[in-house]
Amino acid sequence: MTRLIGILVGLGFTFVVLLAFVMGAFTWATEEVAETAEHAFHKPAEPLKLASNGPFGKFDRQQLQRGYQVYKEVCAACHSMHLLSFRNLTEIGYSEAQVKAEAASWTVPGIDPNTGEANTRPGIPTDRFPSPYPNETAARAANNNANPPDLSLITKARPHGPEYLHSLLTGYQEQPAELLEKFPEAKTGVGLYYNPYFANLNIAMPPPLSTDGQVTYADGTEATINQMSTDVTAFLVWTAEPTLEKRNQTGWPVLGFLIFATVLAWFAKKQVWADLKPRKQKT
Amino acid sequence: MSFPWAKHYEPKAPLMRWLDEKLPLPRLVYNSIGAGYPVPRNLNYAWNFGVLAGFCLVLQIVTGVILAMHYAANAGVAFDSVEHIMRDVNWGWLLRYAHANGASFFFVVIYIHIFRGFFYSSYKAPREMVWLLGVVIFLLMMATAFMGYVLPWGQMSFWGAKVITGLFGAIPLVGESIQVWLLGGYAPDNAALNRFFSLHFLLPFVIAGVVILHIWALHIPGSSNPTGVEVKSESDTIPFHPYYTAKDGFGLGVALILYFTFVFYLPNALGHADNYIPANPLSTPAHIVPEWYFWPFYAILRAFTADFILPAKLWGVLAMFAAILVWFFLPWLDKSPVRSGHYRPLFRKFFWFGLIPAMLVLFYCGGAAAEEPYVMISQIATAYYFLHFLVILPIISSIEKPEPLPFSITEAVLGTDTQAVLSDNTTPAN
Ligand code: HEC
Ligand code: HEM
Repeated sequence: MTRLIGILVGLGFTFVVLLAFVMGAFTWATEEVAETAEHAFHKPAEPLKLASNGPFGKFDRQQLQRGYQVYKEVCAACHSMHLLSFRNLTEIGYSEAQVKAEAASWTVPGIDPNTGEANTRPGIPTDRFPSPYPNETAARAANNNANPPDLSLITKARPHGPEYLHSLLTGYQEQPAELLEKFPEAKTGVGLYYNPYFANLNIAMPPPLSTDGQVTYADGTEATINQMSTDVTAFLVWTAEPTLEKRNQTGWPVLGFLIFATVLAWFAKKQVWADLKPRKQKT
Repeated sequence: MSFPWAKHYEPKAPLMRWLDEKLPLPRLVYNSIGAGYPVPRNLNYAWNFGVLAGFCLVLQIVTGVILAMHYAANAGVAFDSVEHIMRDVNWGWLLRYAHANGASFFFVVIYIHIFRGFFYSSYKAPREMVWLLGVVIFLLMMATAFMGYVLPWGQMSFWGAKVITGLFGAIPLVGESIQVWLLGGYAPDNAALNRFFSLHFLLPFVIAGVVILHIWALHIPGSSNPTGVEVKSESDTIPFHPYYTAKDGFGLGVALILYFTFVFYLPNALGHADNYIPANPLSTPAHIVPEWYFWPFYAILRAFTADFILPAKLWGVLAMFAAILVWFFLPWLDKSPVRSGHYRPLFRKFFWFGLIPAMLVLFYCGGAAAEEPYVMISQIATAYYFLHFLVILPIISSIEKPEPLPFSITEAVLGTDTQAVLSDNTTPAN
């Protein structure tokens, strides 16, 4: 009885799903799927080599400091980084005194101690990095109705984040003539910029790194667009996971111990099972 | 419980004797995972996965309880509280990655445990209750994992919760009210997050309770084994300790190496980047996908794209639940008297060339975008899935001619069994 009902139920589901299959296959075979500009012209992110890549990866602190400088002088005009405090900068090689001075160079929201009114004051190390806009509405108003995302986690919040970010920053270009020819309606709109690495090809962020030497690096490194993009990406890999280096370092002793213990366990198992008669072939 | 030749617990140390009189806990351990539990001598590593699953459950509870000390279940701060764990809590990143990857690892282990059951027909008498409780555990695990994924309150958390609770909306008449009742609102928000946290904390302990029943039920007939021939005499068995403690210990070591490789070096490989974006009810992600371990069932859900008497969406929901619920009926659908797939030529072919490929295809399509050709491929695989369990299994179990079975486990292992002189090898020995 169970089996009879089972067979009927099974055939029922099979029938319905195969019906859906036939209808789907018919549509698929007869209707042409319209090609889209996004599908034809979107590019996957290019590979990027960073010191923090791979299981032995370590942060290049010199590079992180350069990246921080790019963030501060360029990106911070539009993007917040609210998961980081100034004090975190000690982790990328700044001394406590330097961090204090650095924090003081930022203006953060405060409260007037006499009147209780909102005002601003210089930052202290325990303050979070401030947002350039008081709220999302203000951010959108200033950016063609797009909201610049918080950058703290950005390299983890996109597939292949570091590669993507670097490609995005260096990928601004003229819209290809071929695209305009094929998809005239996909012309980049006013206030948007063509970038083949961005999901819908047209991003509301104006090219933030547009000229070599836009930043003057404290350590004398030549600030090409590619260099600045790589450095700020390295910095944002750190902000997304400041514990990455510790994770890479901790893993090896843990795995080493486990491999050692597992080899021992293998011999222990052999030893324990040795007194059972050996397995013979099935007759 | 257990076989007549099982060793008896005889405490020697005075303290243990005293304890055994007042509360025979050491006796319980001795009789369930110690020398007092005789187990078939021929278990292969597929039988390691029950112990591994138990390990995962403990791991999830320990890491989860500590995470809960730092997590805040409020839609306004949940996302940042998870990042606070990652950044500011001592070893918080390790706890969180261990818990998130622990869930994946738990499902890897459980899928192997379940498919071991399919291949060796472990669900057959006298272990039906073990199997039924196992399916209950699996359902509870899915509910727990789903609610856990909502807690970080990222984009996939939010939209996953919305899509999955939206499934209840497919139920005619009452669907929408049920959905609102489940969420405590029209869309996931604080009410939903809080109740999911509460249940996510509770359910693992319910699972632990059902696991105790599962193992209790198992210890009545004892474990099956790769031949599927039941234990007949003492020479068929060896005590659990030290033999299987040693064997399971090695298996655990290998599993932990794999697990920690993910925790330390690929901690986000099994997750979704969108979940590092805070939940935003106004921005729908391009592709909403659940965690990988739900993909086969998600593929089945999406395979039903045509209305036929009932709306397509309702068919999908029914099929998705049915895909798991059929497992409850397996002991009564598969009537072959032979258990092990090693001795079932037809069954074996359908298992390796039918069920396994269909399952892999469903895994793949469930994670892919809902567009052609993936939908068509998953429709074929879904059709096979239902045919396999509900039509093929019942039919082959009555037409198949099994291969000759060994008389006993001893014979299978040693080549001869002195008790086998008068036996008839072609009839399955139970
Ligand atoms: C003039 C303001 C402005 C500056 C300066 C700026 N951005 Fe942006 N950024 C935006 C806006 C606006 C968006 C949103 C774009 C959209 O959604 O179309 C954005 C988006 C982004 C995104 C997200 C893209 C995506 O995949 O959604 C990243 C990453 C980013 N910016 C990085 C940077 C970096 C790194 C810098 C510094 C080198 C920087 N931005 C400087 C305005 C700015
Ligand atoms: C928290 C989850 C689970 C735990 C801790 C657990 C634990 C165990 C343990 C320790 C065993 C004995 C060792 C072994 O045979 O591997 C076992 C056996 C078994 N389990 Fe599970 N289990 C779990 C989930 C499941 C699920 C989801 C199913 C099926 C849907 C299942 C089905 C079975 C069956 C049929 C056996 C008997 C196997 C045999 O003797 O051939 N279990 N389980």
